[in-house]
Amino acid sequence: MESAGYSQQGGSQLAMPTALKILIAGGFGVGKTTMIGSVSEVPPLETEEYMTQASVGVDDLAQIPEKTTTTVAMDFGRITLDTEHVLYLFGTPGQERFWFMWDDLAAGALGAVVLTDPRRLADSFASVDFFEQRRIPFAIGINCFYGRRECTAEEVNAALNLRNPAPVVMCDVRERESSKRVLLALLESAKTVAIG
Amino acid sequence: MGVGKKKSSWFDEESGYLVRPYAISGGRTSPEGSDFALITLVVAMPASRTLDRRREQPELTAILDLTQERPLAIVEIAARLDLPASVVKVLCGDLLDKSMIAVKKPSHEASAPSVELLERVINGIRRL
Repeated sequence: MESAGYSQQGGSQLAMPTALKILIAGGFGVGKTTMIGSVSEVPPLETEEYMTQASVGVDDLAQIPEKTTTTVAMDFGRITLDTEHVLYLFGTPGQERFWFMWDDLAAGALGAVVLTDPRRLADSFASVDFFEQRRIPFAIGINCFYGRRECTAEEVNAALNLRNPAPVVMCDVRERESSKRVLLALLESAKTVAIG
Repeated sequence: MGVGKKKSSWFDEESGYLVRPYAISGGRTSPEGSDFALITLVVAMPASRTLDRRREQPELTAILDLTQERPLAIVEIAARLDLPASVVKVLCGDLLDKSMIAVKKPSHEASAPSVELLERVINGIRRL
């Protein structure tokens, strides 16, 4: 049945690979697309989604409930892991707070990388909160362009006030090996959770 | 690749979409009868090669062309055709109803992955 190809509805379920995903979150301009591009087998692609939602809370200055449409763009790349598994890396929309409403993006993710600029740790707070609340395993990549290393793993964990310390990896996401180290730290951490 | 842009009568190189993308999906934002995730994989069925393409919506045939050789995720189809993912989900729902594609949903296991699955991912990334 492995050789059934895609010819039969039933057989194709067995022969087609299974898709998995990891999210790359972080503030605008922190290097998410660069990281995806460094490990993806295809140049990063971009897609958009339109979301209609009720305006909520502080955004609604007029206090009148109304629906708004937001365009959320995100980019992604692909890694064929083996004959049965293909991994998609999704960069979450950087400037856009509303991606959190996009359940399909986070649902079923193996985990997330929160990519962080050491000078702008606060940009990561929202992502860290989101993944902690959803119990999605995450690792923090401190993107140290040009060898800058302005903080330690302990400082980052303290600054982010993490409930459970997450792996913190100093990286330069222009380098494939460096991006791989961040992904592997996340997956090893997820494995620890899976072992229980 | 620009498959959708080049071929689609909805699209003008200078003006962009001449109709709102949801006009392409007949105003529908979610497919009926089946649920697609962003990473649901789609592959064209052999039967789709004999389809009378002149009678089909160009976006549907563009999806079949893209997925003839290898499965692509909904989100990849969306990016290559420059359509919102939710529109592609609707179109793929139509193709599934016509038995023109086979789909593979993402693993149920992914939100609570096994050690074995995680090790396969780890090994795949190490090989890069």
